[in-house]
Amino acid sequence: MSQDINDVIIIGSGPAGYTAAIYAARAQLKPIVFEGAVTAGGALMNTTEVENFPGFQDGIMGPALMENMRAQAVKFGANLITDDVTSANLTGDIKTVVDGEGREYKAHSIILATGSSYRELGIDNEKRLSGHGVSWCATCDGFFFRDQDIAVVGGGDSAVEEATFLTRFAKSVTMIHRRDELRASKIMAERAHNDPKIKFAWNSEVTELHGDAKLSGVTIRDINTGDTRELSVTGLFVAIGHDPRSELLKGQVDLDPAGYVLTGAGTTATNLSGVFACGDLVDHTYRQAITAAGTGCSAALDAERFLSGLHSK
Amino acid sequence: MLNELATIGVKMGATAAVTDASFANDVLMSDKPVLVDFWAEWCGPCKMIGPILEEIAAAHGDKLTILKLNVDENPATASNYGVTSIPTMNVYQNGEIVKQIIGAKPKAALLSDLAEFI
Repeated sequence: MSQDINDVIIIGSGPAGYTAAIYAARAQLKPIVFEGAVTAGGALMNTTEVENFPGFQDGIMGPALMENMRAQAVKFGANLITDDVTSANLTGDIKTVVDGEGREYKAHSIILATGSSYRELGIDNEKRLSGHGVSWCATCDGFFFRDQDIAVVGGGDSAVEEATFLTRFAKSVTMIHRRDELRASKIMAERAHNDPKIKFAWNSEVTELHGDAKLSGVTIRDINTGDTRELSVTGLFVAIGHDPRSELLKGQVDLDPAGYVLTGAGTTATNLSGVFACGDLVDHTYRQAITAAGTGCSAALDAERFLSGLHSK
Repeated sequence: MLNELATIGVKMGATAAVTDASFANDVLMSDKPVLVDFWAEWCGPCKMIGPILEEIAAAHGDKLTILKLNVDENPATASNYGVTSIPTMNVYQNGEIVKQIIGAKPKAALLSDLAEFI
């Protein structure tokens, strides 16, 4: 019976999940890692150059960094399953999770690292035009907007990164932002301001999306004056932030009002015994690959200590 | 025999490649429904669904043909069908698009989307 119960199951990948996997594997915990059926590798899979991950002074491509972390986890004995967890029961001493194929797995402890997903504008036609001019991934879809006038909604580092990447293809990129200055880091903001292809629509929000078969334009509204104007853009990239992937956990794991998993001070432990959380699923302050990797390590060490406590009983 | 091989294109396991040149013959004139997967080498999500489509093709190839079109190498077809986001999977029947799936999805979701064809 105890052969069927794993020491630890890690739900999620990315820098948090893979780092937790490396540490858990090295602690001989034989972790099973559900890395995601189509989301394996997390948010960095959709970026190009990562310049700020320590140790890579010449930068490294997001997918390459994830591949390295993944390979390292495999090397130490982590069992990576390229599937999602579709349901989980985490409240008992023995936790159970069910994967995309309907198979059930049991564990004494769980590490949650499911990260966050792109936030949508939440306006009419957004879903309909998604994939037809409206996109959340510049590196995925920028290719199709060659020589077109397009726009990026957002003012943080992600939005600026998307906008600068898109200048490779687009004729012009208009950044639509609610404030009158970018929230992005100084170095990123400077790049955006110096780029001749990047224009700015300050204090603005998108109120309408136009187009039948594909996006033909957007209406933006000045949030101070209420004035509206039309932008003839055929591409709109939404980069307004993320929402934590915590739907599976509702009613079991304590979440904050925005859906982020709550952990104790100085620990990755959640309200449930044996359940630990890390990465962007918890963090809405820093949200960097390096902070996610850090908390992934902490979660594995917390799980290891928890398990030693169990086995010594 | 050589003509047949030329029109079938490069075989990759249960799926095969289709090109701008072979599109009409392999897709529009097919008597079975054909799912065309528009993909590119630099597209992460496209690579994620690659193995999933291979599995689906292996299991249901008798009912649904799955072909892959590289948009870098075949921009004309991608442009003709207004593909602006990849992966885009179009199911063609009798020369028309009868189903469109945009974005990478797990196997269970794809099987559900393709239920009417398999």
